[in-house]
Amino acid sequence: MIRVNGLTKDYGSRRAIDHLTFEAEQGEILGFLGPNGAGKTTTMRILTGYMPPTDGEAVVAGYDVMSESIEVRRRVGYLPETVPLYTDMGVFDYLKFMADLRHLPDGEERADEVLEMVGLVDRANSMIGKLSKGMRQRVGLAQALLHRPEVLILDEPTIGLDPGQVVEVRKLIQDVGKERTVLLSTHILSEAQNICDRVLIINKGKIVAEDTPEKLQSRLLGAERVALRVRGDADGLAKTVEKVKGVQIVESKGEDTIEFQFAPGHDIRPEVAKTVINAGYELLELRPMGMSLEEIFLELTGDEENHKARGEK
Amino acid sequence: MRNIWTIAKREYNHYFSSPIAYVVAFMIFLVLGIIFVAILQQSISMAIQQSNSAPDISPITGDIVFLLVFSVPALTMRLVSDETRMGTMELLLTAPVRDWELIVGKWLGGFLFILTIVAITLIYPFVLNSLVTPGIDQRVMMTAYLGVILVSAAFLGLGVGISAIFSNQIAAFFLSMGLFVFLWWLIGIPGQILTVGTDVFQYLDMQAHFNNTLNVGVIALGDVVYYLSLTALGLFTGTAAVEMRRWR
Repeated sequence: MIRVNGLTKDYGSRRAIDHLTFEAEQGEILGFLGPNGAGKTTTMRILTGYMPPTDGEAVVAGYDVMSESIEVRRRVGYLPETVPLYTDMGVFDYLKFMADLRHLPDGEERADEVLEMVGLVDRANSMIGKLSKGMRQRVGLAQALLHRPEVLILDEPTIGLDPGQVVEVRKLIQDVGKERTVLLSTHILSEAQNICDRVLIINKGKIVAEDTPEKLQSRLLGAERVALRVRGDADGLAKTVEKVKGVQIVESKGEDTIEFQFAPGHDIRPEVAKTVINAGYELLELRPMGMSLEEIFLELTGDEENHKARGEK
Repeated sequence: MRNIWTIAKREYNHYFSSPIAYVVAFMIFLVLGIIFVAILQQSISMAIQQSNSAPDISPITGDIVFLLVFSVPALTMRLVSDETRMGTMELLLTAPVRDWELIVGKWLGGFLFILTIVAITLIYPFVLNSLVTPGIDQRVMMTAYLGVILVSAAFLGLGVGISAIFSNQIAAFFLSMGLFVFLWWLIGIPGQILTVGTDVFQYLDMQAHFNNTLNVGVIALGDVVYYLSLTALGLFTGTAAVEMRRWR
């Protein structure tokens, strides 16, 4: 369980995260989405007890990250973004060392178990420095799972993995996420969509959107979003278009343009066109907006210049 | 305690897979070996001239601490700074380990390695002891070795403290060595020149606490306290540096 209230962190005069407030329950996989420098890693570092916040409070697994840091750290499994590992140690020895630091009574058996989970049993005696990036990533994940943590905090867990491994690791996260709380950061939107129960989009230290992936998708993705422009005035156009079966959200965008959405796969543009013409409007343009999840992401996180550069308002 | 031991054990084992540790051990044994041979020859020629001088272990222990001034920085430079550089600091600071446990563990790992080297040098007094009748002065040997251990503890403590401040090994190395040279040879000098405050400089002189007492068979509580204080100061600095890093 993670409970964050008004969490703020300043690096000198730069505010890295600005009054973040969110919660994640047991059995929930919360996705943390945002561009580089949005404050994802900073938030995770505070939640894992690596550094204290400037302001606000965070409760992880029932303990305050500031005053009960050690208790929090006992219950959290953390995979940092940089996957720090002792490159001069063997995989098994490294896990044994981490198990000892966590006072696990069954350290060696547990090390074997997590190696099995991440599929690295055959590399147990390899030097970490000789492993590929994907393998190191999995060693880091094994380390995070070692002590059966109540809360798992994973910073970009699938980065550097090949597509097959990505699928495996995602499945692993989903499995362990059934009875734990998982907070994972990613900038791969399909990943957030696939494995997260809820998604938090963060930009410049602030939460800009928070919802289930499905809702975010239907609200924003609306795979087929269409702009409709007519000659002259678009008065009453929205009402006309709304009557067409399948049209979902109609918004007026300026004098002569409206935008609407429909469910992906049910192309109703011909019907809309017929209706508009029958109603006496002169149809100039019926342009698909092609709003992908990537664009929603940019829409939510991009700054003004970004929009200008892409020729949007 | 358990965390300290876990960290110390890893550091200790790490030395045996690191070339620097072998180079340090090799240099120490090479220099000591040469000095030992010189002492033996001197004793033999003295015995031939029927002088009454018994072979003494204090040149050996005196040289061990001399060598420590230059070799401890090489052993401590990476202890904490390497964790910062490799990013594994994040791992240790998010594990249920207190900052001071981490620093003391690092220190203990280095200390155990030095103790291993020091234990091997015991071969010299044993050889010397078996060569002469009725043997060397056992008391001097014991106190001199106690002195070596205390000096190592202090150097290692300071070295770990400096290593925790820097994320660069080379900086940690030179600063540690500079500090040791300063504390060992330089800080006592004003005490010999000045007329006021002589006591302060004499007290701070690290060498005086060894050469004038422990290395000639005297155990004074003040000397033990002095070295233990330096150790504690180093470890405290190290802990504070780690703590500071969190707040940065």
